[in-house]
Amino acid sequence: MIDTIIHSGQWLAYVFAFLMGLSMLIYGLLDGYDLGVGMLSYYAKNKKESDQMVSSIGPFWDANETWLVLGVGILLVAFPKAHGIILSNLYIPVFVMLIGLIFRGVAFDFMSKSDNTHKKDWYYAFFAGSLTTAIAQGYMLGSYIIGFKLDTLYAKLFVITVSISLAVGYCLIGANWLIMKTNGKLQKKSIKWAKLSLMGAITCIALVSLGTPIANPTIFNKWFLFPNFYYLSLIPMLTIFFVVWMYLLLNKLPYGDDRYCWLPFVLTIIIAILCFIGLAYSFFPFIIPNEMLIVQASAAYSSLFIIFIGVLIVLPILFGYTFFVYRVFRGKTSDLNYD
Amino acid sequence: MDVLELSRIQFAANITFHFLFPSITIALGWFLLFFKLRFNFTKDVKWMDIYFFWTKVFALCFAIGVVTGITMSFQFGTNWPGFMNTVGNVAGPLLGYEVLTAFFLEASFLGVMLFGYKRVKPWVHTLATFLVAFGTLLSAFWILVLNSWMQTPQGIVMIGGEAIVTSWFEVIFNPSMPYRLIHTLLASVLTASFLIIGLSAYRVLKNGNTKILRSTMQAAIIVAAIVTPTQIFIGDLHGLNTYKHQPQKVAAIEGLWQTQKGAPFVLFGIPDEKQKKNLMSLEIPKMGSYILTHDFNGEVKGLDQFEDKHPPVGKVFYSFRIMVLFGILMLIFSWLGVFYIIKNREFPKYYLKILFFMTFSGWIPTIAGWYVTEIGRQPYLVQGILKTADAVTTTVPSSYVGITLTIYLIVYAVLFYAFISTIFYLARGASDKLSNKHKEIDLGDRRSAAVKIST
Repeated sequence: MIDTIIHSGQWLAYVFAFLMGLSMLIYGLLDGYDLGVGMLSYYAKNKKESDQMVSSIGPFWDANETWLVLGVGILLVAFPKAHGIILSNLYIPVFVMLIGLIFRGVAFDFMSKSDNTHKKDWYYAFFAGSLTTAIAQGYMLGSYIIGFKLDTLYAKLFVITVSISLAVGYCLIGANWLIMKTNGKLQKKSIKWAKLSLMGAITCIALVSLGTPIANPTIFNKWFLFPNFYYLSLIPMLTIFFVVWMYLLLNKLPYGDDRYCWLPFVLTIIIAILCFIGLAYSFFPFIIPNEMLIVQASAAYSSLFIIFIGVLIVLPILFGYTFFVYRVFRGKTSDLNYD
Repeated sequence: MDVLELSRIQFAANITFHFLFPSITIALGWFLLFFKLRFNFTKDVKWMDIYFFWTKVFALCFAIGVVTGITMSFQFGTNWPGFMNTVGNVAGPLLGYEVLTAFFLEASFLGVMLFGYKRVKPWVHTLATFLVAFGTLLSAFWILVLNSWMQTPQGIVMIGGEAIVTSWFEVIFNPSMPYRLIHTLLASVLTASFLIIGLSAYRVLKNGNTKILRSTMQAAIIVAAIVTPTQIFIGDLHGLNTYKHQPQKVAAIEGLWQTQKGAPFVLFGIPDEKQKKNLMSLEIPKMGSYILTHDFNGEVKGLDQFEDKHPPVGKVFYSFRIMVLFGILMLIFSWLGVFYIIKNREFPKYYLKILFFMTFSGWIPTIAGWYVTEIGRQPYLVQGILKTADAVTTTVPSSYVGITLTIYLIVYAVLFYAFISTIFYLARGASDKLSNKHKEIDLGDRRSAAVKIST
């Protein structure tokens, strides 16, 4: 079987499916903390606090958002046949997300530059844009999981649950980002937010994990067939382990010398990766659940190959300078100035 | 209206609004680098003040450009699935390379450029400025390669209704690419120049003249004075190139209904598609032939040769004339500025007022020119290969497109208003006196400054 995959050139389709998944995961993590901070900014007590929150993501959000462009770009480029179907089905949520992203993105710049009478509006736009984006993305993920068949009440409830779950997940990673990037009062507050979000996230992960196999019978068979079940149970068990670890840690933070302030953020990333692996396993080898296989949707070999070369060259450089930028802005957030 | 018409209006609205901002940032990035380098060489802090003011404008334009650009990448899928299904093998890699080589580069180093001045070594900050400018340029390159390919496609074979690439060299270096690329880049230089000139003129009118504003305006006026005639020359070459590859577009530009020898150049008129002639037209005899064939009696192809396969005449015809008119205005007023500069005279008030009114004058010809080239390609999406009507979605109901279009238009109107008012607010608030804060950092110990900030 592996032989046929290599000789037929199908391996490239799988490589691109992997790359698309990777971009979406990185997007979810990186813009996830941006959007989370955006949603939490609603609870900032005063302008100084919200400015601090905004500053913590100021240098990063733009590049973070680019992962979404790459993800949808790969869908567009590598899987042209799936791309039309998926995006036509998601017409309205995509639109809602785009409006959210527009307001979230421009609010960053307008809030620091516009006159005082409008400043407040842009702070609000920043929060509302982040929330809208998160909910719309969750809605898209939910509809995707059930193969865009939203006709039953169960399906609708499921999609709503996934929408809320993603928003809660973003709040969790956002709060943990703030624990890492701030100190003092705001940090203490962030720890409180993180605890609340973690409670929400636990409920959500449980609901979605149980709801998915029921909503989609193919996925049920993939998970609950023996002996696969034994190996697969490692994923939820590890998830539980890291969730408990984070819970215990959040109860102890902050330490006097601020050690481990970065750990909740890292733990969130690990948990998100586990959830992502679970999802990816559920769908593989389909690109549209139960409808279209990855290999059926892929573009011509020659076109994919030329992008693949580009990816091989560019990706390491990209990771290199992303690392550089995070290093430049490491440590606690100070007020961001243009000079 | 049907899905096709609504989707076309929606895409036109999106791309028009989007393009306003890259048309500034593509060139403004290089202006920033110029200001930064002037500072590096002269150590005159005024250049840093200029730099920081314009990074704010740049950041604002960049942010709006990014978020409205994302909209378009999704619309390929939501509204125009036929595009990727047919020519995805060409468009895909080009768009992919744009994201990989340009988007990440500019977005990543933008943070360093905007917020990293005190956190990195001076040369790293200059390098970051360069990389942002370079990334923006690179992004323009890839997108214009794709657009040019859609105008003058080559290097492919059609197999089973799908374009398969036979030569990437031919795809990238398609015949109209060099002309369109240079023409668009220069349009951006002019848009940015007049924005810089106009906003500075506004500041002079509001707060009085200063050394900073004079230097800024001088630099931008000289650039505009050199680039405008160059742009007119390049535009002419671009037109000749279009005549060779898309004669129907040029026929619409010229408003030439019949193929003829010694064709006139129509200065103005009202093209009437029903009667197939121009009403109330003002013409220069034989000039059309001379411009296109460099022979007063040369034969020029008219619209009669392209029955049902030529673009709507009026839109192309008017857009072209608007573009040319603004080109001439730019030429006159940039040269007038050079006159004052050479005479070493203050800019008089009337001139400053004109410049202020011309703040956004780069946008109008840029957009008008874009309409000429895009509407001029109709009814095709990819010239001769894919019709626009065949690419539109068949599954999305027109009510969806109608509703989203309405909301997009409202959102864009809000953003447009916010952008314009914020820019002038920034200009009013910007301190025109030399500030001491940069001096302290540049001449003093950079390290101690950095420590002060992080605590």
